[in-house]
Amino acid sequence: MKFRTFAAFVGPSVFMMVVFIALPLASVFVQSFQVTQPVIERIEVESCTAGFLEQTCTTQVKTRPKINESGQVETTTRWVGLESYANLLQFDRVWAAISNGEPGRILQIDFWRALRFTLTFTLVTLPLVVGLGLAIALAVNNAARSIRGQVIFVSLLPFIITPVIGALSIRWLFYGDGIVTSWLETWLSTDISVAANGAAVEALMMFYRVWSVAPFAFVIFYAGLQTVNQDTLESAIIDGASRWQRLRFVIVPHLMPLIVFIALIHLMDAYRAFEEVVGFSSQAQRITLQWLTYDFLQPDDAGNRSISRASASAMLTMIGIVIILLPPLRRTWRDHKGIS
Amino acid sequence: MKIPLVLAATAMLMGGAARADCAFENDVDVKILAAAFEAWKAVTDAMAECGNVQAELDQEFRTKQPAAFAANPSLYQIGGVSNGTITPLLNEGTIRPLDDLVEKYGQHLQPNQLIRINGEIMAVAMMVNTFELTYRSDLFEEYGIDVPTDYDGLLAAAETLKDAEGIDYPLGAMTKSGWDLAMEFINVFQSSGEPLVNDDSTPNINNETGMNTLELLKALSDYMDPEFLVSDSTYVQQQLQQGRIAMANIWASRAGAVDNEAESSVVGKVETAMSPIAPFGDRPVATIWWDGIVIARNISDEAAEAAFRVAMEGMDTEMVEANNDAAVWLIQGYEPGRLAQGAIATATHDPAPLSYPSTVEMGLMHTALGNEVAAYLTGSRSAERTLDAIEASYSTAAREAGVLN
Repeated sequence: MKFRTFAAFVGPSVFMMVVFIALPLASVFVQSFQVTQPVIERIEVESCTAGFLEQTCTTQVKTRPKINESGQVETTTRWVGLESYANLLQFDRVWAAISNGEPGRILQIDFWRALRFTLTFTLVTLPLVVGLGLAIALAVNNAARSIRGQVIFVSLLPFIITPVIGALSIRWLFYGDGIVTSWLETWLSTDISVAANGAAVEALMMFYRVWSVAPFAFVIFYAGLQTVNQDTLESAIIDGASRWQRLRFVIVPHLMPLIVFIALIHLMDAYRAFEEVVGFSSQAQRITLQWLTYDFLQPDDAGNRSISRASASAMLTMIGIVIILLPPLRRTWRDHKGIS
Repeated sequence: MKIPLVLAATAMLMGGAARADCAFENDVDVKILAAAFEAWKAVTDAMAECGNVQAELDQEFRTKQPAAFAANPSLYQIGGVSNGTITPLLNEGTIRPLDDLVEKYGQHLQPNQLIRINGEIMAVAMMVNTFELTYRSDLFEEYGIDVPTDYDGLLAAAETLKDAEGIDYPLGAMTKSGWDLAMEFINVFQSSGEPLVNDDSTPNINNETGMNTLELLKALSDYMDPEFLVSDSTYVQQQLQQGRIAMANIWASRAGAVDNEAESSVVGKVETAMSPIAPFGDRPVATIWWDGIVIARNISDEAAEAAFRVAMEGMDTEMVEANNDAAVWLIQGYEPGRLAQGAIATATHDPAPLSYPSTVEMGLMHTALGNEVAAYLTGSRSAERTLDAIEASYSTAAREAGVLN
């Protein structure tokens, strides 16, 4: 292809990526080393507030941002180096916990608590998604042609449902007097409170993720299964290979590039888990890194938001994704170069 | 993020042609952004009768409002605020003083409704909201329990009702981790009359009162549904309506729902009383809130005048008479109903509960409490460490916001 043609095809996409991904990323990177604050003044304010029968007026020293001549809040921006990262990672508390011989206390710091859960969540769901996706694909592939359409439709349903709605429906099955919980309670005749138990909430969040993402793996694997070399399979049967051996030595090696692909996508998505925290209201029990960033960005009633810590948290999340993606990426790179 | 949008209840009401119910015909476009609850629906419906009024009732209003009012011209002429959410608008100077307009069109307003900051009227309040003890009078009678006026009494009542027939748990509370749980902490703490943040912006929670507050919250949680950390105001309202709990100290604006025959199985069996007093305090466990309107600064004077007149039409006696039980109104013509008695008893107790402070620091403290208190209640952290963590979390955020050095 001529360079000119190539550029014409790629140009718009590169432009979009620069505007919508690269520039915001650079801006977040810069902001993670800066703190922007309003210029604060302390003034005595008399404020009268409504009561049921009469007002109460109080005079109080209040901190208020200074307003400049054009009616805008005056702000200053200063470079703070790694301060926002330090506020997030709180190494002093980490060292204190270790030197006191109570490393469990590290998990009381939001960032480490979020990191612990995010990593567990990502690494536990990965094999389950790949395994379940492959199992459904094999089942559908071996199903009678007449019911295949229906089976595919049913298997795809969880993937089609909007994430939050999917999470909420599972929440309603289990939280409070949900159908499943009530049923379990009658059956075991005990009182079950799913949402009060951190481990149970964690398991539900993982269950939801596997349930909603497995269909995606299934579709990819099912497509892959259609291209398995039938001659190889037949010769394996003639050689006396069992069903398991055929799967182990013919089908899985053939699907390996797809497995790596699914793993890459899933690692990226699961590390940025967010819907689960909102859907299951799990803040008290479990939080994810992405939710932590969101929480910093969310303004409180007085309009404060922690942009700097949110930026630092976003950068750390990105670095985390890069690290977690390195093994599968290296593998793909090796395969690509033909070194094995 | 699309999630909050999904959860947000957005209601759009389009005003048609002016109807006879409005004293004048409005020909200027007026837009209002307010929270989505019953009282605002009543007020904005009444405003819409004047014509050319567009109301947006959205639970995400607190995120939208500061930015929308900072635009020039402002995206909304009228804002619905409370003493918590007025802070960013006041601080950024995006709302205008209303003294002239009140003089011209607001002579009927009660002095109590005029929210003054340094002498200037910055908002007009329409209702107060506070907390009240909502309890099942039938159960209290059956078990011979007197209505508790303090939390020792409330805990004793809960103990008596622990195995009562028909209910799952004696107690309900709005303790969803985050904003709600922080609110609960603030209410209990302020029963002592002490502020959570000192005048010099340093935190004031790592002390005996803070410790007592945490311990009381823990003692209460023993009588609640073990899933109390996901229990928000709607959840408590439903627990009451379905007769699964015997009592709860809840928002006055939520109590009316127990007499809603379409949803409630305990119609007429619920009464309200003053929020009980904490054992270490002398005020009811509550904060006083008001809701009302503000007018944007970045609009023309004509638009502001039209907006104010429309707002006055929405907040008139006629509206209150039609929606008497939707809120504890401050507007003339309000007759407190049966389920508002508790709220009024709370608000008029002497000494009265403190108002929720409209300060930058309070927003930061609210967030810090919301993030840290749950770890104590789940048992994963001691009370001392939790107070340390709240203090550290507040101080970090306050330094970042520039209010603490």
